[in-house]
Amino acid sequence: MAITVRIPPPLRKYTAGEGLVSTSAQNLRDLFDKLDARYPGIRGVLATEDGKPQRFLNIYVNDEDIRFLGGADCNFKDGDEILLIPAIAGGV
Amino acid sequence: MSYVRYLQCRLCGQTYEAKPLAACESCWAPLEVVYDYGRIWSDLRREEIAQRPANLWRYRELLPLEEDPQVGLHTGFTPLVSASRLARALGIREVYLKNDSVNHPTLSFKDRVVAVALNKAREFGFDVVGCSSTGNLANAVAAQAAAGGFKAFIFIPADLEAEKIIGTLVYGATLVKIEGNYDQVNRLCSEIAQKYNWGIVNVNLRSYYAEGSKTVGYEVAEQLGWRLPENIVVPMAGGALITKIRKAFDELQKLGWVEQAAPRFFGAQASGCSPITTAAKAGTSEIVPQKPKTIVKSLAIGNPSDGYFASEAIRASGGAGEDVTDEEVVEGIQLLAETEGIFAETAGGVTVAVARKLIRDGRLNSNESVVLVITGNGLKTIAAVSGAVRESETIRPKLADFEDVFLGSPTEATA
Repeated sequence: MAITVRIPPPLRKYTAGEGLVSTSAQNLRDLFDKLDARYPGIRGVLATEDGKPQRFLNIYVNDEDIRFLGGADCNFKDGDEILLIPAIAGGV
Repeated sequence: MSYVRYLQCRLCGQTYEAKPLAACESCWAPLEVVYDYGRIWSDLRREEIAQRPANLWRYRELLPLEEDPQVGLHTGFTPLVSASRLARALGIREVYLKNDSVNHPTLSFKDRVVAVALNKAREFGFDVVGCSSTGNLANAVAAQAAAGGFKAFIFIPADLEAEKIIGTLVYGATLVKIEGNYDQVNRLCSEIAQKYNWGIVNVNLRSYYAEGSKTVGYEVAEQLGWRLPENIVVPMAGGALITKIRKAFDELQKLGWVEQAAPRFFGAQASGCSPITTAAKAGTSEIVPQKPKTIVKSLAIGNPSDGYFASEAIRASGGAGEDVTDEEVVEGIQLLAETEGIFAETAGGVTVAVARKLIRDGRLNSNESVVLVITGNGLKTIAAVSGAVRESETIRPKLADFEDVFLGSPTEATA
């Protein structure tokens, strides 16, 4: 099984400029582990010390915010695309 | 000319040079513009501000421009209306309306943030600007981009009100309608911002754009005679406006331009999209995202980026968050129109209806005064009230018909 993760520009300093990363991660926790094993230090930018995603980081699985898919309990499927995007201002 | 020192992360405190940046690179939180208040204090007196033209640039020392403004020169300094008839209807001593429904040039508070953002876009050398929008921002960016000679790409949810779509296209902007809600529009817009070197006002220009919101707070204080209000009700979408009004009030106290005071902040949302008021009611600042389902499209952000800070501002001030149904929103629009002659869009209906609810519950003290922030114009959301207003009869051009139908009395034929 493989999923792809799109790495936003501010994080590409960890991935040697790579914008698209393939991994076999099964869920969010596994994703943080596997990315950090490959790109040491990246976990600290993605997650807090207790393993939760950073408060202002939005994580999408395909087109959906992961919090609507069970968050930490969401199991990735083959071919899923993960997006990491900062929360954006707007409205009113 | 600028008094800007740097950008600073609101969560972890990391500082950055004042460049186009979307968020903190360590923790993703929004970045705050930090000024040299000591130098502003020694260079500027509030009496000098009173001599300046009636637009938001009268507070330019507290805005992040490096050079003189080139666009948005007539934006801001909208009326603060003393609303005694509405106050009577709501059962509270005093109501003031900060009426941004008549802001220049596109009749919403977004004219303020765009005025600041496009001047920064020019300073940073962007020729192309853009935004993701629930409508008002789209109008404001399209208009001011046209006036400033920028090319504009505007991203919106496809189901926006026709008035807001036409009111964007008319300025010649490229409008990208997206199947999905605002949060999905945002996601695409963020990806585009990462790829193209454009000035996206609510993404990489966000720190500067949001500073424009502070001028609502400066104006309210100045128009009250350099005094902070006892209570203020602010509509919330992403949650930035309420936190920026709080910043403005804090700055005015820091500069000694107003007496120390502790205004209570009340945040207003529609029940069909109420992630911030839900958090505030639960006594937390942690936001659980929602799928919006409300006629109040300008507030329909289920995943509010400044929600954490908005809930914190509300709770720290001793205020409250409250939300109202779509029916109450329409009643709020009508009440405001019928008592004060101001036609607000749905967000204004939310603000008025939430104030009514808070006053009824006693959470807003009826012996005090309150400022209601009216952010947009009712002519932009006509459909919301078209089914609620009284139908009008068509008659033949005859006096007898008029008297019969409208005065309710059968008329006698005169010789």
